[in-house]
Amino acid sequence: MAKRILSFTLNGKRHEGVAPDNMLLLDYLRERLLMTGTKTGCDGGECGLCTVLVDGVATLSCLTLAGSVEGKSVETVESLEKDGRLSALQEGFHVKLGSQCGYCTPGYLMAAEGLLRANAAPSVEEIKTALGSNICRCTGYVKIVEAVQYAADKLRGAKQAA
Amino acid sequence: MNEMTKPTALPAAVRSVGEYVPMVDGPEKVTGRAKYTADMLDAPALEAAIFRSPYAHAEIIDLDLSAALAVPGVRAIVTGDDCDMTYGVLPIAYTEYPMARGRTRYKGEPIAAVAADTIHAAKEAVAKIRLKAKELPAYFTAKAAKAPGAVQLLDQRPGNIERDVFFDLGEVDKGFAEADAVLEHEFHAAEVCQAQTEMHAALAEYDALRDRLTVWCTTQVPFYVHLMLSRTLKMDKAKIRVVKPFIGGGFGCRTETLQPELICAQLARKAGQRVRLVVNREETFITHRGRPESDVRMKMGMTKDGRITAVEMEQDQRGGAYSSYGVVTILYAGSMMFGIYDLQAARYVGRRVLTNTPPCGAFRGHGTVNTRFAFESMLDMLAEKLGLDPFEVRRKNLLKAPTFTLNDLMVNSYGLPECIDWVEKASGWKQKCKGLPQRADGKRRGIGFACSHYISGASKPVNWTGEPHATVNLKLDFDGSITLLTGAAEIGQGSSTILVQVAAEVLGLSMDRFRIIASDSAVTPKDNGSYSSRVTFMVGNAALQAAQNLKAVLVAAAAKKLEAKPEDIEVLGEVYRAASQDKGLTFQEVVVEALKDTGTITVKGNFNTIPESWGGKKYRGAAIGGTMGFSYAAQAVQVAVDEETGEVEVEDVWVAHDCGKALNRLTVEGQIQGSVWMGMGQAMSEETDYYHGLPVTPNFLDYRIPTIQDSPPIHTHIVESNDPYGPFGAKEAGEGSLASFIPAVANAIHHATGLRFRDTPFTPDKIFAALDKRARNAKKA
Repeated sequence: MAKRILSFTLNGKRHEGVAPDNMLLLDYLRERLLMTGTKTGCDGGECGLCTVLVDGVATLSCLTLAGSVEGKSVETVESLEKDGRLSALQEGFHVKLGSQCGYCTPGYLMAAEGLLRANAAPSVEEIKTALGSNICRCTGYVKIVEAVQYAADKLRGAKQAA
Repeated sequence: MNEMTKPTALPAAVRSVGEYVPMVDGPEKVTGRAKYTADMLDAPALEAAIFRSPYAHAEIIDLDLSAALAVPGVRAIVTGDDCDMTYGVLPIAYTEYPMARGRTRYKGEPIAAVAADTIHAAKEAVAKIRLKAKELPAYFTAKAAKAPGAVQLLDQRPGNIERDVFFDLGEVDKGFAEADAVLEHEFHAAEVCQAQTEMHAALAEYDALRDRLTVWCTTQVPFYVHLMLSRTLKMDKAKIRVVKPFIGGGFGCRTETLQPELICAQLARKAGQRVRLVVNREETFITHRGRPESDVRMKMGMTKDGRITAVEMEQDQRGGAYSSYGVVTILYAGSMMFGIYDLQAARYVGRRVLTNTPPCGAFRGHGTVNTRFAFESMLDMLAEKLGLDPFEVRRKNLLKAPTFTLNDLMVNSYGLPECIDWVEKASGWKQKCKGLPQRADGKRRGIGFACSHYISGASKPVNWTGEPHATVNLKLDFDGSITLLTGAAEIGQGSSTILVQVAAEVLGLSMDRFRIIASDSAVTPKDNGSYSSRVTFMVGNAALQAAQNLKAVLVAAAAKKLEAKPEDIEVLGEVYRAASQDKGLTFQEVVVEALKDTGTITVKGNFNTIPESWGGKKYRGAAIGGTMGFSYAAQAVQVAVDEETGEVEVEDVWVAHDCGKALNRLTVEGQIQGSVWMGMGQAMSEETDYYHGLPVTPNFLDYRIPTIQDSPPIHTHIVESNDPYGPFGAKEAGEGSLASFIPAVANAIHHATGLRFRDTPFTPDKIFAALDKRARNAKKA
């Protein structure tokens, strides 16, 4: 298998590496970089657990070739915590129990992050649409919606205060 | 007991019981730092893959490994020949080998496994294994497998009956004779799968120099895994260490030892190296252990004022190819007719049947769910026949706690009446039961109601050793930190949070002062694991006792230092004082005093069940169902049915759950909502399916879990009946609300359409077909 040199922005930093042409972004992150925050939940494209942001858009890393993010910006769950503080979404999923077993949580966080960047005040229906391709087996989704609303409220509050 | 269950009077700042408390391991989960088994990639390991049976039932003639062994990078191959020891759950039902020996009994059964330098080499080798086999007749339904003349699947199970159960309690025939209405119906529940989001994985490390084995794996029961590793590897238990990392859900799938951990350990020992085995989603579905397809026939009698006079049930469960929890499931299915209502006559015939499908196991609500579907549907059908209100029918049959049921189950606390009252009011039942307005989009609305219950841990353990049910250690050291050591398996349900809360509450300390180490057999005390909703009740009580013991040590130390009597020591959070004028000692000062002459302090707390809770002896297996505390739930479900497509939309759910005392309102709510929603999955869309034994739904597209867009708001209410034996009065919260969803939605669909569905899941095709049939018949008439 041919290999290629990759150059992209990963969690805000310039990243260079080498990957076989057929390597998935998911496997590159997990196996090459040992960034295991991004999870695998299915055999391809069914569960949303591996969601990352590519140029700010929620993307399934299990259906994305590592080589295809050349020159782009990739963000994973590892980027959310800053200066020893949880992001508003992380805090929301923690204090509102949007996360139970936690295995699907990184995918939800990144899908919701993509949503809140595009829409600061999403309705319940908009939240459900944005998270519609992610599966959680623990929560019944009730508290996931509340977690996203918590984060949206908090971010809007912070913006108004500023 | 009252003395110990009363919360200590302390400043609010250090109280957590009864509050909304985020999980102690939440930060790891939301940052991606939590390491699940498949995330342990920093240590180099061989990668493994499994060769699985392409036959539903066949005699293994020859297994040719030569081409597989020649693949570069292959380090070890194991087959059924490497292990002649069976394993399983109950000692009377060790019927399964880690890999098939002589015969294979379902499509997907492990036959061999390869460990290689890379996953690609392992998969290539698997593809080169050649199996020669002679196919045998295969049975995919309980009916076919138990038919006369069917080939016997397991030598020790004549007639392919894993277990039959019979009881006849009270005067059943007299009950039917005295009833004003008697109905009899058949119900069918499709097989469903836990489908936890994390796929099965194991990492095994074998130290050949010392003959020691360490296994990390995706389990709810590290202790059972430990026992079965020892048994199948013929290794001394003392040479084995089992560690449970973060776990991505279980729901019962992982309440028994599964093949991945056993096979991975065999490969590690054979290769003399560390081996990782991560199975994919399809294999996780095949490993299965879900809720069995159940055929239920139920007959119920009722007086015109709504009293149940007698119930008769016959239930056949399609168990799959091996025993798993089968004996327990078929017993629960009968015994759990009791414990919720005052039932004075019941007859049960249950059959757990072996079939050529993946083995079923213990799925959330274990054994009770399909019985409750039939039972609560029957209650509504009889209520309708007799012109009674469904809520009033339930109220007519309530228990009065404390009591013992006809099959000798102990009921101590009983919050079901309050659950029913809340749901009736919150759902607007009294108005809505008269008929709901049609929706603007033409969908017909309906509302339905049902109740359910569940145990707080089985009072008799699977492995009867004479040990207490639960043991917790608390370690206090020079630094003033307290480490809680427990074998209880945190699988996402919040067990670690609850245990820290309980210990912190008793000691009046901030939860920050605690660390918890859970489920590492080298460090933590043995625990039976996370199943049958036992952890809060049993391990919570052990944590409570451990904390009381530590508190006694600290109070004694403070008394000594302050030259006072222990009974005069007042504890105010981190301040220990002898009298109100005394400025007291800080926690650290008390710790220094306590450690003098003795060093690090480790205290222990135990919990054991009382014999009265062990269930009865009126029939063989009557202990199943015995518990120290039943939880209760009631729920109303509102639906909108599209009569053009047969699609049912669940608009709203109101659920009340009696968990005794909510130690943590946040996690209790989360458990109730998750249970209701999982019941919705089984009711509306989930169903495993096989084509001649071949799983055809082993992925998230064909196995239809409700998405966030299919899922309704779930209005959740907690009822606190304060159980006399639960820690601070607590009972189970994580399973009891599941079962009532299914009959409640069946009742709601009936309310909306006038049609009664007795066959889960209630998919659009079934509903459309019934609507269509009715329309045609109406035209004809």
